[in-house]
Amino acid sequence: MNKGTEFKKGMKAAIPIGLGYVPIAIAFGILSKASDIPNTISIMLSMLVYAGASQFAGVNMMALGVTAMEIVIATFILNFRHFLMSASLSQRVDEGTSKRFLSLLSFGITDETFSLASMREEKKLNPYFLLGINTLAFLSWNAGTWLGLLLGTALPDALQNSMGIAIYCMFIGLLLPSMKKSRPVLVVAAMSMAIHALLKWIPMFAEISSGLTIIIATIGGAAIGTIFFPEGVED
Amino acid sequence: MTNLYILVILMALVTYIPRLLPMVFLKDMKLPPLLKVFLQFIPYSALGALIFPGILTSTGDIYSALAGGIMAVILSLAKANVMIVVVGGILGAYIVMMLT
Repeated sequence: MNKGTEFKKGMKAAIPIGLGYVPIAIAFGILSKASDIPNTISIMLSMLVYAGASQFAGVNMMALGVTAMEIVIATFILNFRHFLMSASLSQRVDEGTSKRFLSLLSFGITDETFSLASMREEKKLNPYFLLGINTLAFLSWNAGTWLGLLLGTALPDALQNSMGIAIYCMFIGLLLPSMKKSRPVLVVAAMSMAIHALLKWIPMFAEISSGLTIIIATIGGAAIGTIFFPEGVED
Repeated sequence: MTNLYILVILMALVTYIPRLLPMVFLKDMKLPPLLKVFLQFIPYSALGALIFPGILTSTGDIYSALAGGIMAVILSLAKANVMIVVVGGILGAYIVMMLT
């Protein structure tokens, strides 16, 4: 298949991500504005950092006057989970993709683009398909940010709030079919959910930042899976 | 103000580097079979951790979150495509939010 077709297929597959990103990015733009962060800084955050939760946290900390060092460290920890995702995705990208193309693709790794790409049935993923996913996701995030900054008002409250669940529903739609099909997947996902819930709910762990709890739960679930199902996910 | 620009650049760097390094360096490396299995499980594990318990607080109140979540589960078990699951989940949450 040619590059253009793959690219378009990727953009189309990423529409659910766009639907989830726009309202969150609008909220980000509004929060930035309300926190007196200059528009250029908010726009740069969405273009260059391009990682939702850390942008919200970053703007909050800037407004509170937290030191730059602390903000950078918090950002690093919060976004470090992408390291695992990048490692996992590296094994799925078509052989022969140039290092330059890979570095471009890696910029677009988010929880959502990674999940969407990983749940594809194809064993190897076309880099142009991945680029299509990343492009639509990136554009939606940045368009939403501009909208939030310019309009300064969100969608009606109830709609804005209910759209907060969009990303989670996409995750469910991606994960459940595999959980139903494969016992190893069922065990891995159930374990990481259980570990994450324990880390969130047991007061003793309250000090652990949410960036770290996700990493611990992700490594924990995958490690348990590797121990009990060393043959992996059969196709 | 210049400080804020430098801060954003630093935030961008510490975010991009972990995204970049494994993709570029692990791509052509021969990995031990168990590490490959571990990496194969990462997406499922990450999805589990991303969904739960975060979904419970995604809409601001637990009832609408549960309604949206259950709707999404039912639709995806019924093999609806992801777009339908997302729209159905939003509607489920929205309806319960309007009712309560």
